[in-house]
Amino acid sequence: MTMIKMALRSLIGNGLKTWLNVFVLSFTFVLIIFMQGLLEGWNRQAVTDTVTWEIAGGQYWSQKYDPYDPFSIDSSAAVVPSSFRKEYDAHEIEPVLYAKGTIYPGGRMQGVLLKGIRPDQHLLALPTYLLKADGTEIPVIMGAHMAKQANLKVNDLVTLRWRDVNGTFEAVDIRVAGIFRTSVPTVDIGQIWLPLDELQKMTLQPNACTILITKPEIPIQKLADWPFKDQTELTKQTAAMIQAKSKGYNVFYFIFLSMALIAIFDTQTLAVFRRQREIGTLVALGMTQKQVVSLFTLEGTMNAVLAVIVGAVWGLPLFIIVSVYGIHIPMDVSSFGIPVADKMYPYYTSKLVAGTISFIMVITALISYWPAQKIARMKPTDAIRGKAL
Amino acid sequence: MIVEVKNLVKKFPIGDGFFTALKGVNLVFTEGEFTGLVGPSGSGKTTLLNIIGTLDVPSEGDVIVLSKSVGNLNPKEAAQLRKEELGFIFQNYNLLPVYTVFENVEFPLLLLKMSAGERKKRVLETLEWVGLTDKVKSRPSQLSGGECQRVAIARAMVKRPRLVLADEPTANLDAANSHHILQTMEKLNRELKTTFIFATHDEKVIGYLHRIIRLADGQVVADDSPLNPPKGDFKSEPSEGTFTNNTSLNSSPSGRLGGAL
Repeated sequence: MTMIKMALRSLIGNGLKTWLNVFVLSFTFVLIIFMQGLLEGWNRQAVTDTVTWEIAGGQYWSQKYDPYDPFSIDSSAAVVPSSFRKEYDAHEIEPVLYAKGTIYPGGRMQGVLLKGIRPDQHLLALPTYLLKADGTEIPVIMGAHMAKQANLKVNDLVTLRWRDVNGTFEAVDIRVAGIFRTSVPTVDIGQIWLPLDELQKMTLQPNACTILITKPEIPIQKLADWPFKDQTELTKQTAAMIQAKSKGYNVFYFIFLSMALIAIFDTQTLAVFRRQREIGTLVALGMTQKQVVSLFTLEGTMNAVLAVIVGAVWGLPLFIIVSVYGIHIPMDVSSFGIPVADKMYPYYTSKLVAGTISFIMVITALISYWPAQKIARMKPTDAIRGKAL
Repeated sequence: MIVEVKNLVKKFPIGDGFFTALKGVNLVFTEGEFTGLVGPSGSGKTTLLNIIGTLDVPSEGDVIVLSKSVGNLNPKEAAQLRKEELGFIFQNYNLLPVYTVFENVEFPLLLLKMSAGERKKRVLETLEWVGLTDKVKSRPSQLSGGECQRVAIARAMVKRPRLVLADEPTANLDAANSHHILQTMEKLNRELKTTFIFATHDEKVIGYLHRIIRLADGQVVADDSPLNPPKGDFKSEPSEGTFTNNTSLNSSPSGRLGGAL
């Protein structure tokens, strides 16, 4: 307690220098927690959005379906197993048929992935009710990014060409019945959604689908031809991509933390040189050199303690405001290939806050101990006269 | 007997050889002495003071301070002795610059883990002795040299040590301040029976000493009483640190210094 009191007195007595160090360190604290919170929020939002827009309770994949092999997509569909009949009728399971196609917007050619889905499905957030539209042309919906790429608007007509299961080319005009905004690129970029029965007819694959999307609560069936992929497996890639992105942010943490630590190291090193007389006096007054080393280490570490307090004063309101109102992403991030919402909401866990604080405390203590250990080598008689180093 | 120095030799390594700062010194100091180690620069007086203060160790011989052999003390025991029984006063005051006067004086009591109430009482009482009760919140940078040295005296005295070691305490002070400081210390010596050992070559200090030990080239060349008592012209000088009437120290003014105190 005495040591803490003494360290605090010296620290406060150092005035502006202390407060500069404390502010830089508090900035580092807040920045690291904020950025990590943002990544955590992004991760959660990405997983939630992916579940909402694409995965629901999980997916059964046709055994022949390989998402990494575009050449096999047209031949990867299979008939919906009869064991799913009940769930199929109750819309607890939704079949989606995949096929390759080409559209010709504005006279240019653009490859697309066609996805057939029942218009009255409720498992995904897709506005598939728009696919019920009457008319001579087949109604389709697409994401905003896809519409922008193809320069298409609602009610535009565009020619679609595809090959049926026998390899015969067909073409028809389709009408854009709706454009939806989503943060999930895997239901948007390069994709066109159309009624399942239309696509089955177009590709000559009645009752066929490539994947089956399930409602979250229904029991999982173990079928050899339709392996089940749960939410964790299906979002693993998204989480991995966010993790990879987060590594880039570590550079910023390193830079800011280094700045703060250099400032503390500099202050402590200077202090050991500048305060030799003080060190000698402390020894003369009855402190052991070990105690003086501890005092100086504690003094440096208390920069971090003050930084936590200062960081809490200005950082907490910031965290609360940002997590309530979110951060608007001003640029088009759809090309990231990761679900990124227009607004991101940071998510702070106690583990994140406690972990960051502990990490910086330990690093600060180490960086303070380094110069302080020079004190142990000083001769007190020389230190009193300021001639020990 | 408070300190006994027996055949003390102190050598410092210089290049390939050694410089011998003290050459077989033998001395005895008794409780309540007001003694000076006097000699020119390099005579070994500060070295002797440092060894008595357990800040350094003998190369040969022994120094017994309060029944403890300095050479046999480990760093922790030496620190304990300094903390509880010894007070130091330095030429450059060596006050802790970021602490206030109160905090500087309080510091030795913090090390003794004294309660806050007792600390405050002791500090204010000690500051009253040295006449600095109006400066409790000042920092050393806001004080004059004389005031700084009075704070240093208060810091040395606040824990009521049995032995105070003062290394050139007046070297940075003008004549008036020097006399005032010495009067204060002499008064404390008389009232509290604290033993004072000075290292000095200042003639002003010598005039106040009850015993003078002259050192030259690391050896004791004389051990006697002061040759020149202080002149009477300081008797009527006003004092900055006059003890107040309600302090116990005011009860027995010295005939020699009564006017100043």
